[in-house]
Amino acid sequence: MKTFRIRGGIHPDYKKELASEQAIEALPLPERLYIPLQQHIGAMGDVVVAVGERVGKGQLLARSYGAFSAAQHAPTSGVVVEITSLPAPHPSGLPQTTVVIEPDGEEAWADLPGALADPFAAPPEAIRARVAECGIVGMGGAAFPAAVKLDLGLRYPLDTLIINGAECEPYLTCDDRIMRERADEVADGGRLMAHALGVDKVLIAIEENKPQAIERMREATASVQGRPGVAVVPVPVQYPMGSERHLVLAVTGRETPARKLTAEVGVVVNNVATARAVHQAIRHGRPLTARVVTVSGGAIRQPKNVEVPIGTRIADVVAFCGGFSSEPARLVNGGPMMGQPLPGLEVPIVKGSSGVLALTAAELHAAAPNPCIRCGNCVSICPCGLVPVEMAANIRHDKLDVAERLGVGDCMSCGSCSWVCPSHIPLVQFFNFAKGALAAEQREARKQEQIRVRAEARTARLDREAAERKAAMAARKAAAAKPNEVRA
Amino acid sequence: MSPTPISGPFTHASSSVSRTMATVLVALAPAVLFNFWLFGWPAIFLFIVTVGACVGFEALCLWWSDRPVAAVLGDGSAVLTGMLLAMSLPPWAPWWLGALGGLIAIALAKHAYGGLGRNLFNPAMVARVALLVSFPVIMTAWVGPKSLFSASAPGFMESLGILAGAGWPDAVASASPLGFVKTELSRGIAVSQSVAQAPAWSDLFFGLRAGSLGETSAFLILLGGGLLLWRRVISWHTPVALMGTLFVVASLAEAANPQRFSGGLFHLLNGATFLGAFFIATDYVTSPVSKKGQLVFGAGCGLLTWVIRTFAGYPEGMAFAVLLMNSLTPIIDQYTRPRVFGRDRRGAALAVRQEAA
Repeated sequence: MKTFRIRGGIHPDYKKELASEQAIEALPLPERLYIPLQQHIGAMGDVVVAVGERVGKGQLLARSYGAFSAAQHAPTSGVVVEITSLPAPHPSGLPQTTVVIEPDGEEAWADLPGALADPFAAPPEAIRARVAECGIVGMGGAAFPAAVKLDLGLRYPLDTLIINGAECEPYLTCDDRIMRERADEVADGGRLMAHALGVDKVLIAIEENKPQAIERMREATASVQGRPGVAVVPVPVQYPMGSERHLVLAVTGRETPARKLTAEVGVVVNNVATARAVHQAIRHGRPLTARVVTVSGGAIRQPKNVEVPIGTRIADVVAFCGGFSSEPARLVNGGPMMGQPLPGLEVPIVKGSSGVLALTAAELHAAAPNPCIRCGNCVSICPCGLVPVEMAANIRHDKLDVAERLGVGDCMSCGSCSWVCPSHIPLVQFFNFAKGALAAEQREARKQEQIRVRAEARTARLDREAAERKAAMAARKAAAAKPNEVRA
Repeated sequence: MSPTPISGPFTHASSSVSRTMATVLVALAPAVLFNFWLFGWPAIFLFIVTVGACVGFEALCLWWSDRPVAAVLGDGSAVLTGMLLAMSLPPWAPWWLGALGGLIAIALAKHAYGGLGRNLFNPAMVARVALLVSFPVIMTAWVGPKSLFSASAPGFMESLGILAGAGWPDAVASASPLGFVKTELSRGIAVSQSVAQAPAWSDLFFGLRAGSLGETSAFLILLGGGLLLWRRVISWHTPVALMGTLFVVASLAEAANPQRFSGGLFHLLNGATFLGAFFIATDYVTSPVSKKGQLVFGAGCGLLTWVIRTFAGYPEGMAFAVLLMNSLTPIIDQYTRPRVFGRDRRGAALAVRQEAA
């Protein structure tokens, strides 16, 4: 199938061979599971279990709260031993509400809703409801509640669902393995989502550096009859091909307008692991309680792809992979390009954790920043068409307004510019700082505006009251004066 | 130690400033070595003095501004500036010309602006132009090929004398072809006639002609330029735009009036065209950052070079052209930003698809 060119991008050292030939292994149950209630974009869930309560595998722990939220379920059967504040897998390491479960080792399922009978005949709402019920979020990393995304069909005229199997981040191989080993589940999940969205066409986009995954997905989709149809689209190896907007452009030739959703051009994108989770929710009634995580990097003794119960501490996963072969220089949650530094090994695996990387100093290639020599590499490779050199110079001089006009808000922090910079300038750090500062500025401006509106309203009210008092007084005076007039 | 950033990426290309500079130095080496052979010991001495002066002044400026001397010298940029400056000097110029050039290039044109990456103008070209304007006679005193170890070449001691400015042996002065054609034209001799007396095309291409210390061999500079393109240190945009514009404009002018104008090929193979196109106009710091900007910049350099060579008092115009275009770099950058993803050229978000829902 014809693909369309995307601008810029880089070809980092992919290092996928470290883990790509390791079949998915299930992690033995750890001693305790720590399930944070906020694993997704949106509101935190509402706890529905109490300390001391016995839970079955897949039992609801926290109900989704409001429209933008996701439910959490027990990854195994056991006892809720604590509901407390613990550090979350976020660079800040700030604590958040976490349900701690002690597994009983029986893996006894709770009462599950069961398979949805003949889902393609069911109304799309039924699929969306089940996906929401099962706590599924986008598993490519952003962790956006999947059911909310499946509602897009109600608001936009859609025609295509792309299943994102690009996996353009170096090191990560979890999506590759899922496609190789669970191709049927991915294809079925994709079609189920397409049905929920009301689209007829599912395209599974895979970077050409995963030939076995392409082959297996082709086999799995060849036998599909009827609607929605499904096809495999190999896409060029070019980071950041897995970026939603860039993948849509590469596969369909449609460019999503700035600050809009891809749904504006008729396309929705979901990750392969999300598709598989949807398959399990619809066909087996199973909520999302485990995910495949790539554990890799030069400091990991045995890199692996591990199916990990949500809430397993990273230390347990690393131990399963033989521990560290050398002192890691950096622990990363996700891929090395867009992943985030891990605050430690005590934090749990969550639904958005695609990888745990322990990188050696040699892999980091870190160096102290030098002055910018204006080589222009960052301009050539920026997949968003921005001018990183100019934006960074303005941010450095605290000219955030200029950086904003230059489009820092359109930067998706893919890291290509930082990667390519011969002077090792931490450009993404500059842009993230600017984005945060601009957001704070806008919040402050909104607050000021509200204060202004209220102050004006108050002044207007006081003026009005004063005028009313004056008018009343004048009326009284006039009334008092009237008899004299009459007498005169 | 710099504070560790908390934003990714946590991997990096194996590129660095010093690696880039080293590649450029390697790319320049064949042309320089050839001209060492062509112009002999005086050229070698002058080269050493000039590069040494640049490195020395760089160290002095860094020390004076309390910056780490050894670490910054290691980036190789001062060596490169010295090399480009030396390559643009007359090969038998006295030592103080190179030393003074180093002072102008490093102290005035680079560190007065804040050091590496901050200078608006190409340091080597600022020095060359300042020297040309201040010492026009010395700066246009060329020698013909006097290849090393040949009978006509000056010996080691004699060469030191030339470096000290003690004067040249008789009858070695020669004109560069560009200068020769210009002088002849001023005597009323048609360009078409004087060009015919210039060295053969093959000598021009391989570099057997009078000219600056490192610029005579178009072939070897092209080889170095090829290395830069292959290693992706530069892209094709600036050199192709520069040489293309110069060639087209010169060819059109010659077609219109061959008595007055020399042709495109003559312009390409003479003066600092190849050196300018591949090594000087492509200087990162002083040229535009976007590919489109580099096309505009290169075309401007080519056009101005032709204008200055043809109509101004100086036979060679590359240095002036590059400096003039350097001054336009900020504004070229401003008008040649790429189109942002999801936006039109003016920066407005693309229109949402208008289709029947």
